[in-house]
Amino acid sequence: MALLEVNDLHTYYGKIHALKGISLTVEEGEIVTLIGANGAGKTTTLRTISGLIKPHQGNILLEGEDTLKYAAHDLVFKGIAMVPEGRGIFSKMSVLENLEMGAYSRTDKNGIQKDLEWVFELLPRLRERQKQVAGTLSGGEQQMLATARALMTKPRILLMDEPSMGLAPVLVEAIFDTIEKVNKEGTTILLVEQNATMALSIANRGYVLQTGQIVLTDTATNLQKNEMVQKAYLGIE
Amino acid sequence: MLKRYFQNISWVDVFLRVFQIAALIVITIGIYNTVTTGRYTSAQWATLVFAGLAQGSVYALIALGYTLVYGILLMINFAHGEVYMAGAFTGVFLAQYLSNIGFLDSNPFLGVTALILLAGTVSTLIAVLLERIAYRPLRGAPRLVPLITAIGASFALQYTFRGLYGAEFRAYPAVKALSGLVNVFGFNVPLVQLVVLAAAVVFMVALYLFVERTKMGKAMRAVSEDKDVARLMGIDIDKVIVTTFAIGGALAGVAGVFNGLFRPQGVYFFMGFFPGLKAFTAAVLGGIGNLPGAMIGGLLLGVFESLFPNLILEGLGIPSANQLRDAFAFTMLVLILIFRPQGIFGERLAEKKA
Repeated sequence: MALLEVNDLHTYYGKIHALKGISLTVEEGEIVTLIGANGAGKTTTLRTISGLIKPHQGNILLEGEDTLKYAAHDLVFKGIAMVPEGRGIFSKMSVLENLEMGAYSRTDKNGIQKDLEWVFELLPRLRERQKQVAGTLSGGEQQMLATARALMTKPRILLMDEPSMGLAPVLVEAIFDTIEKVNKEGTTILLVEQNATMALSIANRGYVLQTGQIVLTDTATNLQKNEMVQKAYLGIE
Repeated sequence: MLKRYFQNISWVDVFLRVFQIAALIVITIGIYNTVTTGRYTSAQWATLVFAGLAQGSVYALIALGYTLVYGILLMINFAHGEVYMAGAFTGVFLAQYLSNIGFLDSNPFLGVTALILLAGTVSTLIAVLLERIAYRPLRGAPRLVPLITAIGASFALQYTFRGLYGAEFRAYPAVKALSGLVNVFGFNVPLVQLVVLAAAVVFMVALYLFVERTKMGKAMRAVSEDKDVARLMGIDIDKVIVTTFAIGGALAGVAGVFNGLFRPQGVYFFMGFFPGLKAFTAAVLGGIGNLPGAMIGGLLLGVFESLFPNLILEGLGIPSANQLRDAFAFTMLVLILIFRPQGIFGERLAEKKA
């Protein structure tokens, strides 16, 4: 059974039909990427999976269990975490408090402490800055914080929305390294990216979205070779 | 360069600037006249300041409710004055009973604690019901809608209490243990004013620590920054919002008891209206959405309205100026909204593109 299974998802924003029947699966341990242009519905797909938006039609199964009956805050408890677009850190709270908010749904004090050590190992910069107000961090550090904060929820599956947005190339590499490392340590990842080159380089499989529909799906290696993908998303003529 | 500068300022800016300068001149002249004529002794000024601080503590406690709710929902709960009234009104019955059986004099601390508990509970209940019935169904609505509901809820509460208990004033009994005078820096100050001030400060510090240190307090701050992201952290935002209303309500109830202790005028169904508006003024003065702002704004407003009518207006030859304190307080609201809408500590309004 797939860890996450999405069937025929239709989501509306007001009268705009943003998702027109999205179906996808993510297996345990995979990195799966959604690529597509602005407005293709990538963010909407993640927001629907995380429970922030209720779909009009379709279903979402986490290990076979229907997630639509849960509110967004309960899904965190079920193991779905999301790093939102634009990072969404709590800029007036300290780095440590941001991480504590990540662990909000948890009660296992020892586990929380262990995971805090783990994210500090993974992203040592955060340990140095833990007392600092999060709004004063650089863009790259904020992205690290948003990722670490989502990891503090101890997710089964981590949804990441444009982690490379607005970052210098060096930092983008660092972020993608972190994503790979997190994945190797056992977290399944569904990654939305405009930077298709980077996304396909670390993903196992990918889906290509166009105006709310999936037009292509394959392994990442095949997608990298696909002519349409090369032209539209990888900048290769 | 200079031409460009003049092109960019409109006649509204010019008018406001002139108005600002004129206001400053009038205030300066008023203060100068009052001080040089030496109409009041320093003991009289001290009396005004301490009375203002006690009144200001009440404003501050109510203002915290406005500011807490605003910080989280970007909504002004204009029925909050009635939440205060509900606590004060219910407290008066227990106070009269405790006074009649002599408990309030034999055990003043326990007695007043009981009053605070009862009034706080009633106000909390009213605030929570208000959120559940009047505001939650409208959470996605345009911002004007809950504002109108708040006014409706306000009238509904006022006339419910009027219907239940009548329109007459009911006075809180004097507590003997609190009736003396205390010497502070050589001035005689009523003990009750000092107690109210000290107790209010204790409540404010407790609230501040709650918001800074506890898990729920941190969740409140998270929700006030970004509701969607807070949900992604597993925070049940409905629970946080209810808690916010409950805390604001409890503080308003406490304020109701404090008000009863040092103001002999008594309580009646309309008593929440002016303190409600003034506490709102205090919250705006401190920067709405900002907790220390509401605390300091409340204390400042209390002192300003107690002190400044005598200090400024009498100097301008206006007779019986202390009757004009309400007019003065609301003039201040207008002036703040014109010249410094973000208040003393506020950076939030602009940031939140309210």
